[in-house]
Amino acid sequence: MSAEDALKSKFSGDELAFSQFRDNHRVVVPAAKLFEILAFLKNEQHFDMLAEVTAVDYLEYDGAKDRFGVVYVLVSTKSGERLVIKTFVNDPEPLLPSVYSLWKSADWLEREVYDMFGIRFSGHPDLRRILTPDEFTAYPLRKDYPLKGRGERHNFPVLTRAES
Amino acid sequence: MAMKDVPDNIFMTSLDAAASWARSNSLWPMPFATACCGIELMATASSRFDLARFGAEVMRFSPRQCDLMIVAGRVVMKMLPVLQRIWLQMPEPKWCISMGACACTGGVFDTYAVVQGVDRFIPVDLYVPGCPPRPEQLMAGIIALQDKIKHGGTLNGTEFGKRTQPTGPTPYDLDELIRIREANEKLISLN
Repeated sequence: MSAEDALKSKFSGDELAFSQFRDNHRVVVPAAKLFEILAFLKNEQHFDMLAEVTAVDYLEYDGAKDRFGVVYVLVSTKSGERLVIKTFVNDPEPLLPSVYSLWKSADWLEREVYDMFGIRFSGHPDLRRILTPDEFTAYPLRKDYPLKGRGERHNFPVLTRAES
Repeated sequence: MAMKDVPDNIFMTSLDAAASWARSNSLWPMPFATACCGIELMATASSRFDLARFGAEVMRFSPRQCDLMIVAGRVVMKMLPVLQRIWLQMPEPKWCISMGACACTGGVFDTYAVVQGVDRFIPVDLYVPGCPPRPEQLMAGIIALQDKIKHGGTLNGTEFGKRTQPTGPTPYDLDELIRIREANEKLISLN
């Protein structure tokens, strides 16, 4: 039985949307069920590797109902299968459960999503910024962030020649 | 003693001029090379262009042994504290060349992560434009800096103490403030 069939039978009461493009299998799941579904895929469907966590900002996107899509790419090292799990969160406090307890690789991946999109992960052991400096206050990959010019420069001293 | 009695191998000059002459012909560059300008900097020091002709070939990677910082390439915001610390660690007298479009103005990297010109945060004596500048351009810059040192230098560096204003524009320029305001207005109209 494929992982998708297992999901269909196990979570038959929930609104799961399945789609496929060539060998790319995708499932859209409700955010409330996300952790349960990922735990099922890890523990009972041998998806033992979390390859990627990333996010998409759907601000002003045609036909989009939600602000952020968060994407998890799972890989089974036994069978080589890949499964893309997607869920949606919204402003003002985008929050998802951390999957650090399932896959240790979620540590930095979730920190990157937090850094770039401001989506928080509850239960993450160390949710700090990972790429931008600690003083940074914005989330640069959000669509409402200006494309040009802006840098969070307020915390750096300006040296003059007389004092240096 | 009349001037005619002075032997041929004795020169009359001021101490400032003598010190500046010595310093200008023995610049020790600190290569702060972060991008493709760094490759041109290496080419300048290599045999084809031979920076040694101008007495500036001794690249030292310790700021304590240098007196000319060459910022070659883009500097990201996270690198800026490092750049400032290296500049502060260099002993006096010291000079700074901002090499290439990115170090001078941010170049094409007009983003949140890149410093829009190092002169906003550290003092700069000379700008070398280009993307990246040819080695000849950098050598022209170093010769111009030697000129500057020879003509304005003093023995105890009083010309540095007079530069109490930052070299570049303020970290926030007008365009940037306008963009921030527009972005906020757009955000309000969306919500």
